Amino acid sequence: MERARIPAGGKKIVLAGNPNVGKSVFFNILTGSYVDVSNYPGTTLEMACGRYRGDVVIDTPGVYGISSYNEEEKITRDIVLSADIVINIVDAANLERDLFLTLQLMDMGVPAVVALNMVDEAIQRGFKINVSLLEKFLGVPVVPTVAVRNIGMNELKRKIYFARPGNIEPLLLKEVKKVSPPADRREALLILEGDAELSERYCLQPGKEREKIYRSRREMANRIVAQTVRETGKRENFAARLGRWMIIPVTGFPILLIALWLIYELIGVLLAGHIVQFTENVMKQAYEPAVRSLLGGIVPPGSVFDTVLAGRYGLLTATATYLIGLLLPLVLGIFLALSILEDTGYLPRIATLTDRVLAGMGLNGQAVIPFILGFGCVTMACISTRLLSSDRERRIAIFLLALGIPCSAQMAVNVAVIASMGFTYMLLFFLFLFTVLLGAGVVLGRLLPGGTTPLLIELPPLRLPIPQNIIKKASLKSYYFIKEALPLFAGGMLFMSLLDAAGLLQGLRSLLVPVTVGWLHLPAEIADIFIMGLIRKEFGAAAILSLNMSHLQNFVALITLTLTVPCIASTMVVFKERGVSEGLVIWIIVFSLAFFIGGVVARILEVFDMPGSLRAPVLAVLIIVALAGLVFAAGKLQGKNAG
Amino acid sequence: MTLDKTKKGQTVIIKRIPDEHTRIQAIRFGLSEGSVVTCREILPAGPVIVVKNKREIAIGRNLARAISVEPY
Repeated sequence: MERARIPAGGKKIVLAGNPNVGKSVFFNILTGSYVDVSNYPGTTLEMACGRYRGDVVIDTPGVYGISSYNEEEKITRDIVLSADIVINIVDAANLERDLFLTLQLMDMGVPAVVALNMVDEAIQRGFKINVSLLEKFLGVPVVPTVAVRNIGMNELKRKIYFARPGNIEPLLLKEVKKVSPPADRREALLILEGDAELSERYCLQPGKEREKIYRSRREMANRIVAQTVRETGKRENFAARLGRWMIIPVTGFPILLIALWLIYELIGVLLAGHIVQFTENVMKQAYEPAVRSLLGGIVPPGSVFDTVLAGRYGLLTATATYLIGLLLPLVLGIFLALSILEDTGYLPRIATLTDRVLAGMGLNGQAVIPFILGFGCVTMACISTRLLSSDRERRIAIFLLALGIPCSAQMAVNVAVIASMGFTYMLLFFLFLFTVLLGAGVVLGRLLPGGTTPLLIELPPLRLPIPQNIIKKASLKSYYFIKEALPLFAGGMLFMSLLDAAGLLQGLRSLLVPVTVGWLHLPAEIADIFIMGLIRKEFGAAAILSLNMSHLQNFVALITLTLTVPCIASTMVVFKERGVSEGLVIWIIVFSLAFFIGGVVARILEVFDMPGSLRAPVLAVLIIVALAGLVFAAGKLQGKNAG
Repeated sequence: MTLDKTKKGQTVIIKRIPDEHTRIQAIRFGLSEGSVVTCREILPAGPVIVVKNKREIAIGRNLARAISVEPY
């Protein structure tokens, strides 16, 4: 809330509403700057503040109600509690759902205006809403708007200062007044509804009537909708049919594959290939020499400072190149793709489609988002696990991300090396990776106490995204990500360069000989690739190929490299998200597992050391058998959770 | 009968949702005991998709299995 400085005499205007109703567009129009618009429940974790005339406008995370069930609700609750005016934005086409929050705001008695947004869509879907009757029921001004097309916004701006507390049921008001000591009706209501945190603040017993109050509020919302909304003729349009095809497995998985392929073309080929090449060249050939020559005048070359600032892992050279030359374009691309998935409404459908697969791993369909992100950048994916609803799920997801999801840089290495070995190896590789991932997920789902949070998610109508929104949103998210990742990268690189300066990196190679040569049956030089891999994955491909190993050894090296924690930055994020002690446990387990599995694979491959043409098919059959066993185990796990 | 046993296109009334936390979330979402929903799709071993006032809601299979419904 550091940016929420309120000018003297200014009011706090708070935007509140369900997820995906266009709050951020209102924020943009009111304050002139832009934040996040999201079509997926729970992705607006950062909130934004801006100025409107002499007042402050604060955006809140989208919630279905105000209480303290999760982080978003707590943030929204605290902002609403301190608001002078609330602009409650509701989706006209989803009035029944949205009115629950509206009525709760009315019951809280906060001065409010209701923006009835997306009225065009409501009309299109056959709803006709009696605005003046709705106004009468709620007791506050209601303004129909289409924010993305700037319709009704002037009217809304005019009505903001006519905000007033809405109607409350007399019976409920009597109960609210009984709550003492807090004089504030907002807090009294939430305490009555059993908000544990607030009750504690006032040393009161939380109310026990939450369900009763909620139920009567729900009934009230349904009654209001029944009287104010008229449904006209309906017909199913193409978007609705496409939306259905997206969730039925027969058509859904092919559509998902096509979507992922398009994303790969955008990020993997266009961005990671052509654009990164350009940006890296700029950084390496123009920026880095400039820094070095500048630095040369101040710091003696070869000194510790020189190594730390401008050495192989230098803060000012390698780190800057890595962040700006490589990571920034990649992250921007990933967020562009993700924003399109979000704003079209496709993301919740992917979650629905994949729920069944993920349920076997103790996760629900929503975990598919971190996994998709992970193929871009595992560091970013780890941060996005925050949108999962339980700590158990976050733990499982981060572990699997650290273990088996190859980020785009790792993928580039894999593809480059495997391409020299033939298609069967490629197939074998991914089959194997998938098996390990599924296996680890099933084991974690079984071992960790607690059950899977059930999927309960809305499938919003499919929409065509608005390009400006996508671009602005992706740049904003990238900015937040880089801001968050910068100190982690810098810290990791600093650590590596200190090791380098102390000459410890060389020592590590001989230290690792028992593992690399003894267990993995690889040349000792492979240790350099593992260590380098922590910083720059892409160096790996050329380095592996230059070692001139057999196909078998290449395969083992790739498997092991893919299964280790991808890089120093993702290591830092794992520590940050899970705490140092759990992070350390995860890191150690993942590395041990990676080397263990790598060694086992080496031995299996050696046993099957038959003519090259036969080896791959035989192994593929073995892996498929293992997969079938896992799917069976996952099915049993799902059954156990249900019981 | 439970929600996962409904047939595609069948309209049912929700009788009971177990577990208070889920019940509260469902009420806010617009699904409460007494709500009338139509089953739009049942994915094989996967979520059940119901329609309520033209809104599509995906409900995980395990949750659907715990929700008691009656034909409406």
